[in-house]
Amino acid sequence: MMRLILSAGLMLASLLAAAAELSAVQLDKSSIAFVSRQMNVPVEGAFKQFSAQIHIDPARPGTGRARIDIDLASIDAGNDEANDEVKGKNWFNVREFPKASFVSSAVKPLGGERFEASGMMTIKGKTLEVHAPFTLKQEKGILILDGSFPLKRLAYGIGSGAWSDTSVVADEVLVRFHFVLK
Amino acid sequence: MKYTRTAIMLHWLVALLIFAAFPLGVYMHDLPLSPARLRLYSYHKWLGVTVFLLAVLRILWRAGHRPPPLPDAMPRWQQAASHAVHHLLYVLTLAVPLSGWLMSSAKGFQTVWFGVLPLPDLVGKDKALGEALAIVHQSLNFALLALVALHVAAALKHHFIDRDGVLLRMSLADRRNIS
Repeated sequence: MMRLILSAGLMLASLLAAAAELSAVQLDKSSIAFVSRQMNVPVEGAFKQFSAQIHIDPARPGTGRARIDIDLASIDAGNDEANDEVKGKNWFNVREFPKASFVSSAVKPLGGERFEASGMMTIKGKTLEVHAPFTLKQEKGILILDGSFPLKRLAYGIGSGAWSDTSVVADEVLVRFHFVLK
Repeated sequence: MKYTRTAIMLHWLVALLIFAAFPLGVYMHDLPLSPARLRLYSYHKWLGVTVFLLAVLRILWRAGHRPPPLPDAMPRWQQAASHAVHHLLYVLTLAVPLSGWLMSSAKGFQTVWFGVLPLPDLVGKDKALGEALAIVHQSLNFALLALVALHVAAALKHHFIDRDGVLLRMSLADRRNIS
């Protein structure tokens, strides 16, 4: 009997813990954007379609995990001509590699509202480790994650051939993410 | 009587840069998207910003230094036409780069002078505005081309037909060599 009460209590506790852990990503309020540098001119872009499963409990960030899948064909690279170009073979080659993914199961606190998610980023069949610092803010019933990290495009073969000239398009691209969880 | 040394230097420098920026603009416009095109667009914009700044200097200098008078023998209407064309050229050396700068901002590309100095975007990204400004930039350039052609033709007429020394007022050669 005692054991039953205890296990029921544990189940309830874990249910409560799960309730405190917000994980429903509000996709329409979230964004994945990037800034590339062309001839040292910052050019903004974004991915309009992605799915995101994020589990994070502000009280226990260490248990945080995330999986983000980006539909690469949904890229907005600034204008129609650029959009056509970056979907092509030299850039994302979306026909062969329609999605990019980021999978993380390691979040460490950096102090205060700041955290860092580490995980594996896969683009064009290449998987590399990424560290993405972010801030986590709690606002009445929602959680807001905001962060950015530099990504070396050439490490993934993004922009090959003539486009690998980094004096025109810089190797480093700043990726910015904003997720709203309910 | 000649223009001042500063006015002469500014005139030829601006002329040289326009003669580089104009054909570059025509050429790059039709290129397919490539690293080379991005590079040329940047060079074109750097040239344009430089023209704008030199034109501002030139107009400020001009405000404090009257140009040498036109020959008395020149008919009134020609004198009036000369003043009108010169004033329009001043306006266009400002308006052409300005329209290019605004167009670039509206198309979502900031102008970073020599890849170092970012110019503010006076208008936000706006596709329709960008397309409208492209037409403005192109029209102003054709107006500039027509005026420069007129300007050069008039200078050559003064030099070879009227032989009145009007072209030599802008000569890069030392003033002792001309009279």
